[in-house]
Amino acid sequence: MSMLHFVTLAPFIMAIFVPIIYKKFRHLHTGWFILPLPLILFIYLFQYLPLDGAPMETVSHSVSWVPSLDINFTVYLDGLSLLFALLITGIGTLVVLYSIYYIANKKEEPLNNFYVYLMMFMGAMLGVVLSDNLIVLYVFWEITSLASSLLIAYWFHKEKSRYGAQKSMLITVTGGFSMLAGFTLLYLMADTFSIRGIIAVADVIVTSPLFIPAMLLILLGAFTKSAQFPFHIWLPDAMEAPTPVSAYLHSATMVKAGIYLVARMTPVFGGQAEWFWIISSFGLFTLLWGSVSAVRQKDLKGILAFSTVSQLGLIMSLLGLGSAAYHYDIIDGTSLPVVAILAAVFHLINHATFKGSLFMVVGIIDHETGTRDIRKLGGLMTIMPITFTVSLIGIASMAGLPPFNGFLSKEMFFTGTLNSATLDVFNVGNLGVIFPIVAWIASVFTFIYCMIMLFKTFTGKHQPEKLDKAAHEAPIGLLISPIILASLVIVFGLFPNLLSYTIIEPVMQSIMPGLTASGEQFYVNIYHWHGFNTELFMTMGVIFFGSLLFLNQKKWQETAFYLRERDPLNWFYDNGLTGLINGSSVVNNVQMTGRLRDYFSYMFIFLIAIVSFMLWQSNALTVDFTNTTEIPSYMYLVSLSLILCTIVIPFVSKRISAIVLMGVVGFLVALLFVVFRAPDLALTQLLVETVMVVLFLLVFYHLPELRKETFKPVFRLSNLIISIGVGLVVTLTALSVHAYSYENPISPISDFFVENSYALAGGNNIVNVILVDFRGLDTLLEVLVLGIVALGVVVLIKFKARKGEDV
Amino acid sequence: MEILMILTIGVLFTVATYLILSKSLLRVIIGVVVISHGAHLLLLTLSGLQQGAPPLLGEEASAYSDPLPQALILTAIVIGFGITAFMLVLAYRTYKEHKTDNFDELRGTEDE
Repeated sequence: MSMLHFVTLAPFIMAIFVPIIYKKFRHLHTGWFILPLPLILFIYLFQYLPLDGAPMETVSHSVSWVPSLDINFTVYLDGLSLLFALLITGIGTLVVLYSIYYIANKKEEPLNNFYVYLMMFMGAMLGVVLSDNLIVLYVFWEITSLASSLLIAYWFHKEKSRYGAQKSMLITVTGGFSMLAGFTLLYLMADTFSIRGIIAVADVIVTSPLFIPAMLLILLGAFTKSAQFPFHIWLPDAMEAPTPVSAYLHSATMVKAGIYLVARMTPVFGGQAEWFWIISSFGLFTLLWGSVSAVRQKDLKGILAFSTVSQLGLIMSLLGLGSAAYHYDIIDGTSLPVVAILAAVFHLINHATFKGSLFMVVGIIDHETGTRDIRKLGGLMTIMPITFTVSLIGIASMAGLPPFNGFLSKEMFFTGTLNSATLDVFNVGNLGVIFPIVAWIASVFTFIYCMIMLFKTFTGKHQPEKLDKAAHEAPIGLLISPIILASLVIVFGLFPNLLSYTIIEPVMQSIMPGLTASGEQFYVNIYHWHGFNTELFMTMGVIFFGSLLFLNQKKWQETAFYLRERDPLNWFYDNGLTGLINGSSVVNNVQMTGRLRDYFSYMFIFLIAIVSFMLWQSNALTVDFTNTTEIPSYMYLVSLSLILCTIVIPFVSKRISAIVLMGVVGFLVALLFVVFRAPDLALTQLLVETVMVVLFLLVFYHLPELRKETFKPVFRLSNLIISIGVGLVVTLTALSVHAYSYENPISPISDFFVENSYALAGGNNIVNVILVDFRGLDTLLEVLVLGIVALGVVVLIKFKARKGEDV
Repeated sequence: MEILMILTIGVLFTVATYLILSKSLLRVIIGVVVISHGAHLLLLTLSGLQQGAPPLLGEEASAYSDPLPQALILTAIVIGFGITAFMLVLAYRTYKEHKTDNFDELRGTEDE
């Protein structure tokens, strides 16, 4: 166990102690006890940053878990893991601090639940980003899904919370399962679960036929988790969670797990045309869809949810476009696709900072006014000045305005898409023109919803009569976290190169290993001002058209599409789910009729089908008339009467005749035993048949008269067909077995019994010797069966159900 | 003789299946009895119907009929008898409690 293992497990250990702390220290908010943990972890992880400009040193430790299955708890820290781990612990610290003031009601809120789930989530998330073993990664991945659902349904008495939790669970777990399948395929190709091991043999597994299925399955997992189109529908419904949860899980960390996975798998799958096209097109479409949908929202958290979807699409598309870097053998920092990767990493950091702060701000507005509906809010600028300032910074950064960090990443995003438009790989050709156009339109809509958020909330007329509470500025405790995040927005905006060599370079090194010449590394330099180029004009266009559309919002927002607040794709989810439930109950009702006859039909039909298929399949059907023993003339008589008596049974309508016929059949069987030289059998059969007839006669007095069967003709015919089928199958099988046993004679084991019956057991009746000596155990258990039957009969007759008791 | 026996057994199975598919409790039980007859005869037939002596050593015969299937059938007869007896008593109790022997009317309550 290394320190890094402890980093992963510490939140879980903390989660165990949370309920104890909660019970013991009721007077102090439980969150204060939690707060030091993520802070310590953050500081610990911070020291891994290469602050001196040297290449980052990776750290790896392994602990055996299931070594026989190649499952080891291996932690691996490189640039990518470190970036995510810092985000998780850093924003985790701020979120815990924020939640202390947000969920301030110590008495009524189940705080222990909240912090247990939150710690569980934090540990799982750290596990996801630090694991080198795919199975371990998957385990932590599913814990994040579980913890996320628990947190969404934190107020479980609300119908909507439960709906959102179920939805996110179903969608993310579906993706998780397919991801597990993809990991398994990777294991089959690479023969190891270690990500580094797989990357090392990446050029071999490219040629495998399982390569594309594995890629698609893993991408499904990443897309569901990161809310890519069309799996994004769970994210807006997850907004029923408490706001700190939304800020932490659904903007900064969990939804980026898919991004992490894609970035992590880029060295394996990158450089393939499928990977490039799937990720960049889905990402771009998600970007567009999310930004257009966000404009429709009336709820601040709804806007932020769709904004998150859209920005995740942006990062995803950049990772896709950047994977073209693998097309070049050795590249330097100025190669075209590398800019896309750089922009993805940079925007990932930026998004975490501004989106976290915006969620917290929305939480404050909700907390202080009692609503998040933009139709009720307005004129809060002078009432909540600090909140307004923080919002302004966050929103400006989200819209991509200078001098904030969002501007830089948006410029780089435009550069990346413009570069990709000129790519000469993967048949990009003229299609590449779509990339910058889509990106630009999405940016215009991003700008519009940013303006809506800002102006509808903070400017205009204040309407106190519509609010539940009298609006006022939030307490300082609530404001600390968003202020810190907003300052980071400014700092990263003004001094972006603080990040470039400390974190972005190592991250790019781990996304694109082996692409630089040996000993070299990526050199990143982010400039605020890079002259009058296309990107700058694009941004100006965004601002111009965005403002124009925002000012004329009334005119175009009345269209039918924009009046609907819910995502139209929810229709598919809801109907799909109810359709699934109804469909299975229809199938169930058709199949499970409750009639014995139907179940017997299923069994008989399958018996016929399987046996006849096997006879046909193995070419076993033979009928041999030659190798038979001679038939004595009386046998025809015996067989004929047996057949006749049997055939008549179904047609008699008097129960006494049925029983007598059954008895006759039994006695004829006994006669056959005599013919076939089986005296003991004949004796037993006679006795048993006699007792059986007596029993039937005893019971028959208490049973009603047999009625004529009132089956519908269809049923009657199908009964007939099924029974003839069964008879035919049995006959044909028996004939085939008979023919086979003559062609392949085997000396029966019975020779041993005949030889040794007297010698070993001292008996002359071989059958009886077998029953009590050679195979005595059968007899013992058969006696037991009779004993149980006798007891059962006694119980059935003696014990009567009392009135009202279900029989 | 084997062919004749196999055809007879086929008829037994056909009739037994038809009885088992019917709606009346008594007919189903008779069907089970008939199908067990079919199974016993099938066991005997497929082990070979040599015309040897009964498997009694005192007979001093050169060949005996196979004793092992006979032992197996003996066991099966007894078990089949036990099961049939139990089913009969079950049918008797069912009729006492529910006043019907029709399976369509014994389908359980609505809420199940």
